[in-house]
Amino acid sequence: MINITINGKKLQVEDGLTIMEAASRNNIFIPSLCYLEGVHKFGSCRICVVEVERAKSLLASCITPAQEGMVVYTNTPRVRKARKILYELMLSDHPKDCLSCTRNQSCELQKLGERIGVSSCRFEGETSPSYVDSTASITRDAAKCILCRRCVTACNEIQGVGAINAQNRGFKTVISPAMELPLADVSCVGCGQCTLVCPVGALKETSSIPEVWDVLNDPTKRKVIQVAPAIRAAIGEEFGYEPGTLVTGKLAAALRAVGFDDVFDTNFTADLTIMEEGTELLGRLKDALTGKGATLPMITSCSPGWIKFSEHFFPGCLDNLSTCKSPHTMLGALAKSYYAKKAGVDPKDMYVVSVMPCTAKKFEIDRPEMANDGMQNVDAVLTTRELASLIKQVGVDFRALPDEPFDNPLGLSSGAADIFGVTGGVMEAALRTVYELITGKELPFDKLHVTPIMGLEQVKEAAITFTETLPEYDFLKGVTLRVAVTSGLKGARKLLEQIAEGKSPYHFIEVMCCPGGCIAGGGQPRPTNDEVRLKRLKAIYREDEGKQLRKSHNNPYITEIYEDFLGVPCGHLSHELLHTTYTKRGKYNELKDK
Amino acid sequence: MDNKCSCQGCDVADLSSSYELLSGIIAKYKDREGSLIQVLHAAQSVFGYLPFEVQRQIAEGLDMPLSEVSGVVSFYSFFSTQPKGKHTIRVCLGTACYVRGGKKVLERLQELLGIDVGDTTDDRVFTLEVARCIGSCGLAPAMMIDDTVYKQVNPEKLSAILSPYYKDSGKEAEA
Repeated sequence: MINITINGKKLQVEDGLTIMEAASRNNIFIPSLCYLEGVHKFGSCRICVVEVERAKSLLASCITPAQEGMVVYTNTPRVRKARKILYELMLSDHPKDCLSCTRNQSCELQKLGERIGVSSCRFEGETSPSYVDSTASITRDAAKCILCRRCVTACNEIQGVGAINAQNRGFKTVISPAMELPLADVSCVGCGQCTLVCPVGALKETSSIPEVWDVLNDPTKRKVIQVAPAIRAAIGEEFGYEPGTLVTGKLAAALRAVGFDDVFDTNFTADLTIMEEGTELLGRLKDALTGKGATLPMITSCSPGWIKFSEHFFPGCLDNLSTCKSPHTMLGALAKSYYAKKAGVDPKDMYVVSVMPCTAKKFEIDRPEMANDGMQNVDAVLTTRELASLIKQVGVDFRALPDEPFDNPLGLSSGAADIFGVTGGVMEAALRTVYELITGKELPFDKLHVTPIMGLEQVKEAAITFTETLPEYDFLKGVTLRVAVTSGLKGARKLLEQIAEGKSPYHFIEVMCCPGGCIAGGGQPRPTNDEVRLKRLKAIYREDEGKQLRKSHNNPYITEIYEDFLGVPCGHLSHELLHTTYTKRGKYNELKDK
Repeated sequence: MDNKCSCQGCDVADLSSSYELLSGIIAKYKDREGSLIQVLHAAQSVFGYLPFEVQRQIAEGLDMPLSEVSGVVSFYSFFSTQPKGKHTIRVCLGTACYVRGGKKVLERLQELLGIDVGDTTDDRVFTLEVARCIGSCGLAPAMMIDDTVYKQVNPEKLSAILSPYYKDSGKEAEA
C-alpha cells in the first residue's frame, strides 16, 4: 500500500495503480476519453490530465503511476482550462452532425462535453476530409475519428490481426490499413471488435436496416427471421435492462411485432450443427485410429471472423476446419428448402434475416458457397445493435411485450444450443452428444458442464477418456480425447501455430473469434467489457440449465428433420445444404484468385 | 516479378539482387526487437524508396503487421514511398534564404518542373525538396542539386542551372 493525497483527501491505495485507478477506487472520477479499462492505456487524448505537486506539467492520470506521497488535484482551474481547450480542439476537427450520427446519445465524445461543462467551441479551421470506407461488415468514417487508437489496440493487441494502425503524422494522421488501402484489400476479418470500442461514430457495422425495411414493406415477401443464441442475453441492455438479463420471450414477441412471418431460432441449427459436426468428428477419429488417416485436430467453424482469419493467416490449415456451415446459414438453407416446401412458399419469395451478435456474418452471407439453387441462404444480417434500433424505429415498446415462443419446426432447441453463445459452449454441447453416442452414458460432469473449458481464460483445455464404449465405437476404447477452447484470435493464432508446426496435441478445438465468445461479439451492445461479458455468460448458462432438454440429439425436431428430410447426419443432402468449403486468401488477398 | 527497376536512371539495374540484399538485411535484424527503423533505413538505401512490395517483405520478415510498418514509413519524412529522381533539388528556405527570395525560386522551380514539393518529375530526372538552412546563409538565396550548392540564385537563372542535368540524363531540357 502507498499513501497518496487526492483533492486534499489522504488515501491508502494498492501499489501499482495509475492515478486514475487510485482515484476511481475512492469514488473520485476523472474524466477521460481514450482510456478503456483493461484494454487501452495510451494517454493520447490527455483529457484525464491532473495537477501533481512538484510536477512541472500536467500529467495524464490514466498512464501515470500513483506514487508514495503524491499530492494530486483533479479539478484545479489549470486542469479544467486544459481539459476544455483539449476538448474544444478535438471538436474543431470533428463533424457537428451529431443529430444524424448513429452514435447520437451513445457517443462518448458527446457525453464528455457534458461532463466537463463545455458550452462553446471557439476554434474553427481546417477539418479532416471525410473518407468513408465500407466492407460488408464494417464502415469507417475517417472524419469522425478522434485518433484515440482504441481500435488499433483491439485489432492489434486483442485480436492480433493488425489490419489497421495509425498512418502519417500530425494533422494528416489517419487510422487505416497499410498505405491507406481499403479495408476490403487487407486481412480485416470483420470481427467488429473495433466497432465495440470506438467512442464515436467513426467505426460501426455496415447497416442492413434499409434493405430490411424495404422487405418489411413488401407484401409479396415471406419474411423469415432467426436470432443467434447470444442475442437473448444482451439485447435487453439496449432497452434499459441490466447486463445479463434474459429476454428470450420478449425478443420473439418483438420480432413478430416488427412484422416477421416466421420467427425462428438459430439455436435449432446449433443443435443440428452438433449432429453434423459430432458425426464429422467421429468420422475423422475413426479414420485416424483405423489407419486410414484424417486431418486432426478438427476445429469448429461457426464463427465467420475466425474462418476468415484462418483463410488469411493460415491458408495451409484449412483442412483442419470442420466443413459445417455456421448455424444461421444452415437455418437459411433449411428455411428455403425443407420449410418452404412444408409451408407451401416459393423459396424465391422468401427473405431470411439473421440477427447476429456479429459483424463478420455480414460478410459470410455473401460468400458464394453460402447459396443453394442460386439463392443466398441468408439475405441480410442485422447486429444486436441494429435490431434494437429497428425495434425502436418500428415503435414497439419492448419492455411491455409478453413472452412468446419461437415458431416451429425451426424454433425448438436444447440447452446445448444456448451455450453456443459463450466460449467453451460449442465444445461442451458437442461433448454432451458425442460422449453419449460413444459410451451410451451421460457426460460425467456436474450439471453437464465441462468446467475446465468454461470462463474467460484465453486458452483452455480438457481431456476425456472413453473407458467403456458401445460396440460400434470400440475403436475409441481407452482413447483419451484431448480438446482445447479459445476465444479471441490471439489465442487462436497460438493453437494454429502449433498445428502448422505439427505439434498440436489436440483432437478437437473450438475457436470463437471474439474474446468471451458471441456474447461479446462485434455487433453486441456497447459497452462490452469483462464485467458485462461475465454477466451475459452467466445468463446463457442460466438459460441452458432452465431447460428440460439439455442435449442436442434429444431435440425432437432434430430427429424429425433427419427422418423427414435430411436422412442421416453428414449424408448426401446434409453435404449439399449444411456443409461448405473454404478459400485460401493470404494476408492481402493475394491467394484468393489463384 | 519484373526484375528491372521502373525508376529511370536508377542505379539498381537488377531488382532481384536488391531483394537478395533485403533478405540479408531482414535476416540480420530479425531477432532484434525494435529494429524496424534500422531495417527501413537499410532498405531505402538499397531501393532508393520503400514501395509496397518492399514494405510487405519487411513486415513478413520481421513478423509484424504491414499496417505497423507502413505507419512508421509514413510517420517519418525521411522515408519515401515514391521513387526519387536521378537528381534531388533542395531549395533552402532557412531565414536568410527566405528573406532574400528563396520562396520565389521555389515557386519558379515548381512551375518549370510542373511538380509540388516532395514530388518527382514524370521523367524521373528531378525530385524537388525544401531544406531549412543548408549552412550557406552568406550565399542566400541558395539551393542544392545533389551535392552541388548554387549561390545567389534567382528565378531567371534556373533554366540554365537545370539544363546540364537534362543533358546528363540524355534528355532535352523542356524549359
